[in-house]
Amino acid sequence: MNSSYAIPAVALVVVVTVLVGAFGLRISRTTSDFYVASRTVGPRLNAAAISGEYLSAASFLGIAGLVLVQGPDMLWYPVGYTAGYLVLLLFVAAPLRRSGAYTLPDFAEARLASYPVRRLAGAFVVGVGWLYLLPQLQGAGLTLMVLTGAPQSLGGIIVAFVVVATVAAGGMRSITFVQAFQYWLKLTALLVPALFLVLAWQGDGAPRHAFEEPATFREQRVVRVDDSLDLTLDRPLTVTASGTIDGRTRQGRRIQLAAGTHHIEAGTRLTFAKGSPVPAADRGAAGGISTTLETGREERPLYATYGLILATFLGTMGLPHVVVRFYTSPHGVAARRTTVAVLGLIGAFYLLPPLYGALGRLYTPELTLTGDADAAVLLLPDRLIGGVGGDLLGALVAGGAFAAFLSTASGLTMAVAGVLTQDVLPTRGVRHFRLGTVLSMAVPLAASVLVGGLPVADAVGLAFAVSASSFCPLLVLGIWWRRLTPPGAAAGMLIGGGSAFVAVAVTMADFPGTGALHSLLAWPALWSVPLGFLTMVLVSLATPGRVPSGTEAILARFHLPEQLRAEVKA
Amino acid sequence: MPGQDPAERRVVVTGPARRARRASGYYRPRTEIDEQTTLGHTYVRSLMRSQLRAGLAVFAFLVLLIGPLPLVFAAMPDARRLEWAVLGFCLYAPLVLLALWYVRRAERNERDFVRLVEER
Repeated sequence: MNSSYAIPAVALVVVVTVLVGAFGLRISRTTSDFYVASRTVGPRLNAAAISGEYLSAASFLGIAGLVLVQGPDMLWYPVGYTAGYLVLLLFVAAPLRRSGAYTLPDFAEARLASYPVRRLAGAFVVGVGWLYLLPQLQGAGLTLMVLTGAPQSLGGIIVAFVVVATVAAGGMRSITFVQAFQYWLKLTALLVPALFLVLAWQGDGAPRHAFEEPATFREQRVVRVDDSLDLTLDRPLTVTASGTIDGRTRQGRRIQLAAGTHHIEAGTRLTFAKGSPVPAADRGAAGGISTTLETGREERPLYATYGLILATFLGTMGLPHVVVRFYTSPHGVAARRTTVAVLGLIGAFYLLPPLYGALGRLYTPELTLTGDADAAVLLLPDRLIGGVGGDLLGALVAGGAFAAFLSTASGLTMAVAGVLTQDVLPTRGVRHFRLGTVLSMAVPLAASVLVGGLPVADAVGLAFAVSASSFCPLLVLGIWWRRLTPPGAAAGMLIGGGSAFVAVAVTMADFPGTGALHSLLAWPALWSVPLGFLTMVLVSLATPGRVPSGTEAILARFHLPEQLRAEVKA
Repeated sequence: MPGQDPAERRVVVTGPARRARRASGYYRPRTEIDEQTTLGHTYVRSLMRSQLRAGLAVFAFLVLLIGPLPLVFAAMPDARRLEWAVLGFCLYAPLVLLALWYVRRAERNERDFVRLVEER
């Protein structure tokens, strides 16, 4: 891919982000401005900012890549990301705003009047935030690598520096402007190329086999295998290969591979003839988590789909950067209306990634073999349109992708830094907030440089699972159930969220189990969410003496409309 | 002003009795809520119940809409195009409509509640 336009586009996005942030800095004067933009952000600006923050690398690149590799089942991800906001609206949005707390730990302390529960919630916020920051940095690295051939970690480092600079300088007020701007940038960066791609597809005779299994090559294509992989063939396959297959060296001759599994070493070139099916790659040896999660449709049990639905529907409300945004609304009614606007904005955005996925199956099917399926969105303009037009559109997409990393990473850093500043670092104040910002970015940056290799959308799915089984019970029961006690809340978060966390860690460590056990560990939400709720309810019922004394008054504050409360104060 | 008769300054003011003081010992619901009496808590609970009902009703709709879909797709492995169309493009508008429906209901609940406790 030609990078002569893409690099200036990425640089432009970075510069504009810093400039808009600096504009926010000029009007960000008070501490209240800094943390919650003085709670005066109107629904429209706030909705664009929330959407801009929410549409991450997983949405921008990951969904199209997953759909390309695994087919339409993966479209449950964007549906779940959107429906999560509906569930948030139904049970949490207005009461959460009226609670007057700033972070999830604040909420836990206000509702339960317990410092240990606050500390525990803080620990989970930091954990989920770091888990979610990791794929953002990796996505940035991948984008820059595809565009320029730069080392994989460079993109992540750039994003980390820009984010720390913007957040530490301007806080929430400046981030709000940056993110509202980035929502519209991201939408444009997918919409405009999509229009041209659809036109090109029409001009190509509108081939419709994108929805068929398996995907096939439309023209002769050379694929270079970067990591060794196992190919599983249902039928014999004829390819021209140069490199090492099944331990034997091949030098550019047509060979017939029998049905079964073949091991292909890194560096091998495979030339597929027009019309041959794209074989399913099984990255057993190479890629940790992708082994379990990137299984084909046949091996994906139904409960894995339900686990994904449960995690995304219920996990959204507990994501640290989502929650913090609600405190910037002026009142509960505005918080509700903002959420509806967000649903509309992200719903409109999510119409586009499936389109890229479908076109990717037609025009870039070889990405399933090279392991860079996340790059499909970036490569399509060049592949389908080509020339200067393709380069320009590719540059637009690359800029949008960088906006995605920057905005989500900013929001997460803001949330994690808020918790670190208030609960971990010794004294409060804006200066310590800046220290917290550096800390909250340093850990995931180090992890992404050291670990690497998590598929973007999958890592995000894991963060959702942990959030759904710890914060969802805390928020829903805390808002609607008056018999919740501090021990119950702590036990529920520890057992529900903790077990999801352990399952995630075991999966990441490439646990050798197979079959049902493996799927249960890879999709923990299905059992860990009920477990979290059940533990919280049962332990609360077992400790009736520990119900905080101010519960009735606090629940009244959560649910009473502001017009009644305002007069109480007066 | 000189020579003014003190009696002229005496003015009799009449007017309708204030409505709030209808009967002795009667308190408005607002006061009950503000002072956190048991009756006040009952009012708050009734609001919470109506809001929770609104949320659960829309949530039930969502579950009925989404819940059967994976089963349907699993039962019809050949209907790939249907799966693409439904998951890719057909679900977002219903989600927004459900959200609008809920917001209307929740805001109406709150208006009714304010009217109830303000006794207008």
